[in-house]
Amino acid sequence: MGLDFSVIPKYLDIVLLGALWTIAITVCAAVVSFFGGILLAVIALFAPALVRWPFRVFSFLFLGTPLLLQLFLIYFGLVQIGVDVPAFVAGVVGLGLHFVVYNSDLFQTSILAVDKGQIEAARTLGLSRWQALRKVVVPQAVRDVIPPIGNNMIALLKDSALVSVIGVSELTLSAQRAIGSTYRPFEFYVLVAAIYYIINLVMEAVLRRVERRIQASK
Amino acid sequence: MSQQKPFIDIRHAKKSFGTLEVLKDISLQVERGQIVAIIGPSGSGKSTLLRAINDLDPLTGGEIWLEDKQINKSLPHRQYEKHINEVRQEIGMVFQHFNLFPHLRVRENVTLAPKMLKGLSDAEANALAEEQLTKVGMIERIDYYPSQLSGGQKQRVAIARALAMKPKVMLFDEATSALDPELVEEVNLVMKRLAEEHMTMIIVTHEMGFAESVCDRVLFMDQGVVVEEGPPEVIFRNPKNERTQNFLRKHLAGHKA
Amino acid sequence: MDYGLMQRVFPFFLEAAWTTITLSVLTAALGLACAILGTSARLSRFALFRFLGATYVSLFRGTPALIQLFILYFGGPQIGIQLDAFAAGVIGLGVNVGAYMTETMRGAIIAVDRGQGEAARTLGMSRWQAMCNVILPQAMRLMIRPLGVNINALIKSTALVAAISVVELTYTAQRYIGSTYKPFEMFLIAGLLYMIIIYVVGQGISWADRKARLN
Repeated sequence: MGLDFSVIPKYLDIVLLGALWTIAITVCAAVVSFFGGILLAVIALFAPALVRWPFRVFSFLFLGTPLLLQLFLIYFGLVQIGVDVPAFVAGVVGLGLHFVVYNSDLFQTSILAVDKGQIEAARTLGLSRWQALRKVVVPQAVRDVIPPIGNNMIALLKDSALVSVIGVSELTLSAQRAIGSTYRPFEFYVLVAAIYYIINLVMEAVLRRVERRIQASK
Repeated sequence: MSQQKPFIDIRHAKKSFGTLEVLKDISLQVERGQIVAIIGPSGSGKSTLLRAINDLDPLTGGEIWLEDKQINKSLPHRQYEKHINEVRQEIGMVFQHFNLFPHLRVRENVTLAPKMLKGLSDAEANALAEEQLTKVGMIERIDYYPSQLSGGQKQRVAIARALAMKPKVMLFDEATSALDPELVEEVNLVMKRLAEEHMTMIIVTHEMGFAESVCDRVLFMDQGVVVEEGPPEVIFRNPKNERTQNFLRKHLAGHKA
Repeated sequence: MDYGLMQRVFPFFLEAAWTTITLSVLTAALGLACAILGTSARLSRFALFRFLGATYVSLFRGTPALIQLFILYFGGPQIGIQLDAFAAGVIGLGVNVGAYMTETMRGAIIAVDRGQGEAARTLGMSRWQAMCNVILPQAMRLMIRPLGVNINALIKSTALVAAISVVELTYTAQRYIGSTYKPFEMFLIAGLLYMIIIYVVGQGISWADRKARLN
């Protein structure tokens, strides 16, 4: 069949619009997974056992299963319990929850790594346990954990391609639409790969800058 | 004039990392059986010079000869590799941090290279290892792993490992600097014994007392040049150069404190 | 929870799990092979090989595995590569995970103290001899655990081949969710089987790691 990249310009706007959606879903899911990760970490470490256990089971299930399977569960699960949400929201929830678990693991380690004396010092000043956690421990833990969290965010970008299977019109699905009418899978998937690669490079560059800044502030 | 070639001949050695000149035109001749100490502040280039002798840090200019062989001659990569591997078998090196192979027992640390490079049989290599380990007083630990040894013991094994290749010269790169004070003496003893056997040695060291008692010649290096050299009694008792005087004063004061 | 239904569909999931296992084993093998090549290239003394190795790692880690799979499976025929879905899955995922494993292996080799190589070289060993006898045996111990992490991720990423209709666990779950409208039940069965596979492999890796560290 051969290759013919000249079909691309005609569909470029669709694909680029898809790229914007990919960025949007990545950012939204990243925000969900960041704050969700902190919350889950604090719950997993400090909440009473009755609260802790359901969350532990949730983490266990999500760590041990593929993202694609989780996306199917969330998408069809929401439909089944009668919640009719747009595919985009289902995608954000699915991707977000998946990475909440990964981020929470990182946060837990870094929270435990914060010197015990920090809590003691805060408590002797009269802060409550929760205040000490929120104002003293978590801020320190967050700084140490930024680089690996950043790597998770970059992984999230690439995993966002999976939400195409539940009908989110992001980059991958847009390409599939263009392929549907041109029958040129190679050209469009290579284009899409290039776009992902560029976003990936930008994210890596930003992360490296942030890492340097953190290093300098230590 | 007797024109005997020196055993080790370093001619106009130069080395720079980028714009930083670490060795500025150093020449040094060592006779067979001679024991030379190189002293000087950190960053003076003394370790770099030592590491240049077996080409771990290749020179950017100058020549190094061992007997009638130029060590750092320019050859196509493949031939150079073959050449340098042969040369290195004749030069033993002892490192500050021992660099014993942690995945091998003491015995295998010593036998690995002779078996692999000289084709010794297991029995021959074992006999050799036992001989060398006896010499450094480590024969009882022959089946230990390096992690089970003290620093001084590790360094003695490292010396035995180098000796097992029957080198013509031994290089010591601050061999006792990483050791706890009470472990220094056992390593010094082994080195003294080698001196009595007239092993040719070049020793980079901070141990002035040891250098004075063992060495035939002392070089004081600073900022990439040999500032002063001579017999130990002159360098340590009666240095001419002001930089040498300052260094020794600071160093000896530091040691007494 | 519909236990009756779960019992009825379970045999089909078991069969699918077997496909997931085969897929994982073949992918891991190909990934390791790619990683050995990739690591050799990245540590080569020739700049060209180093560049090729770095490009391989960067491109395959920098783009989604799903897209790589699609280029191979859907785009392949356009450039004369005709593969069935299973083979495309193994090759696509294997080359992808190989890029991650390359970084793992390289990291482990670099983590071995520089002095080790120097000591070996001063005894007269060649680069290759020093690598095989001194550096690799030590790096091997360091890489088992992180390679285990790569393999764990790989097992989960085999789910991607559901998107090119290979009948493995996730594809089977998806199909039954579509026909039974019981997403949670189907998720539980498939999830449990994934976790069993991952658990068994994880135990194997810990065992290998312990054994390597023992001496």
